[in-house]
Amino acid sequence: MEITELIFESFSTLALNKVRTGLAMLGVIIGIGSVIALVSLGQASQKAITSQIQSLGANLLTISPGSPSAGGVRGAGNVQTLTYDDALSIATSSQVTTVDEVSAEYSARGQATAGKNNTNTSIIGTLPEYLRIRSLTLQSGSFITDRHISGLNKVAVLGPTTATDLFDENANPISQTIRIEGQAFTVIGVTTAKGGSGFNSQDDIIYIPLTTAQKLLFGVNYVSSISVSAKNESVMTLAEEEITQLLLTRHKIKNANDADFRIFSQEDILSTATSVTGTFTTLLSGIAAISLVVGGIGIMNIMLVTVTERTREIGLRKALGARRRTITTQFLTEAVMITFIGGIVGTIIGIAISYVLTKTMSLPFALSIPSILLAFAVSAAIGILFGWYPANKAAKLEPIEALRYE
Amino acid sequence: MALIKINNVSKIYQTGKVKVKALNNVSFEIKKGEFVAIMGPSGSGKSTLMHILGALDKPTSGEYFLDDKNIASLNQDELADIRNQKIGFVFQFYNLLPRTTALKNVTIPMMYGKVPKEKRVKRALKFLKLVGLSNRADHTPSQLSGGQQQRVAIARALSMNPSIILADEPTGNIATKQAEEVMKIFQDLNRKGHTILMITHEEEIAEYAGRVIKIRDGRLAEDYQNGNH
Repeated sequence: MEITELIFESFSTLALNKVRTGLAMLGVIIGIGSVIALVSLGQASQKAITSQIQSLGANLLTISPGSPSAGGVRGAGNVQTLTYDDALSIATSSQVTTVDEVSAEYSARGQATAGKNNTNTSIIGTLPEYLRIRSLTLQSGSFITDRHISGLNKVAVLGPTTATDLFDENANPISQTIRIEGQAFTVIGVTTAKGGSGFNSQDDIIYIPLTTAQKLLFGVNYVSSISVSAKNESVMTLAEEEITQLLLTRHKIKNANDADFRIFSQEDILSTATSVTGTFTTLLSGIAAISLVVGGIGIMNIMLVTVTERTREIGLRKALGARRRTITTQFLTEAVMITFIGGIVGTIIGIAISYVLTKTMSLPFALSIPSILLAFAVSAAIGILFGWYPANKAAKLEPIEALRYE
Repeated sequence: MALIKINNVSKIYQTGKVKVKALNNVSFEIKKGEFVAIMGPSGSGKSTLMHILGALDKPTSGEYFLDDKNIASLNQDELADIRNQKIGFVFQFYNLLPRTTALKNVTIPMMYGKVPKEKRVKRALKFLKLVGLSNRADHTPSQLSGGQQQRVAIARALSMNPSIILADEPTGNIATKQAEEVMKIFQDLNRKGHTILMITHEEEIAEYAGRVIKIRDGRLAEDYQNGNH
């Protein structure tokens, strides 16, 4: 028997019992579909996170308060150790040679209102340098200047999402007054959309002068983080060392292990984020893979029933000259066909699901060809794996016993 | 020249501790072109004999030559090939594939016999015509009467041009009138030179054959030529 004939033969046999074939297929469809959907969803979110973090700039170092020792107790409550002066000294100290620009931020959630509209958003008190360090651009107006810092001016730069939340689509927010936590601020600029979603959106945000935030709005004298841009990517490590030394001296700490601040590069954050999403993707795919195995067992079950049901047919085929191998191949082809067609349908459904989900979550939709190929290989392998036992059972039947079978 | 030659063939079945001797030193020869009926009451061992002659089972001892080839020494795959090339089976319950057309049923042995695809349908139609079922080629077994199904089975048995046609109670399950038709086909085939070996327990069916071999208690009891031939 030629292979095309075998496939045709199996196809017509499977078509004779559509409901059963369909149900056997369903297990594979669900398994493959969920694997494809979850893997591509995972990759899409990973891609989104990566591009979001990279858009912040590759030469960015972020200093935040707290202990670097993993799991240390002192990290948690001790978050007021960085000040505006720390930032200024990093910018001006002769010890630090590799740093380009320095900015400090104080961030908190706050309520902002404009007329009838209001929104709860991130309020970031910051310095003029922030614009360049974070590679932000403005779609209209201007950013915070040194004069605003020294004058404690109540001015605000809005992220595009916040701007549309507070003002009508065609209204110009510049020079309008908004209220942040009850205090009136004048809008001086709107930043360009940077993308990203969820808690870390750089579009749903309000920037105000750091000094205004500290003294007039929140009444604090520390900062939540200091952003530093190194002169280029190759001096990142050196910059990290210089800053560590300077801050240790300023904070009068002798042992670097007792430091009350941490320095992250974008790369650190990126690798953490990647490993987190990677773990999630693996975990979810693992669960989906279990359903694939369950689907395979379902196929084995159906094939075993089929072999028992078709005992007479198998006996007849053997009497008419079918060799053992021919019988094995016939049943194996049927099993593989179920998984293969199930694999195709599952892949299409999986792609459709991930397309819809990525669109609704506004993630970049990406088709992962390797994962599709893998899904096909896995589905064929499952067909062979779980079809083997029933097929072998069929081939081993003695023709006379099988012919006698009622 | 003998087409079939069996020498002291015995078959012993062992169920638990009990040994049952289904065949006990049976020997005979069948020449090419003969029409032989093997008779015997149920339990006489005639089905066992049929299985051995059909290469579906091996004897416990003794020799079986088909076309001068010793069947007893062949392995499973070689036996499958013998069944495919040399033997055409006709069963009591027709054993056609359900929900499969008559034409397709006739082509199955040719599929296993590696007959080129384009030749199969042609040959199948030729044999369906021979058994008078040209106009039923696309019918499935459930759309055919018992006699018609048995005629499809005969066409299937003929499809590989076997050395011998082996029929196991071919009329056991069909109406008398149709049984006559089936037997006429066998006689006709025999006249054209086919060797036919038929198992039956009905005297009037055995009448159609040229020679009768009677088996009793696993032994050869009688072997005679029918008078009307």
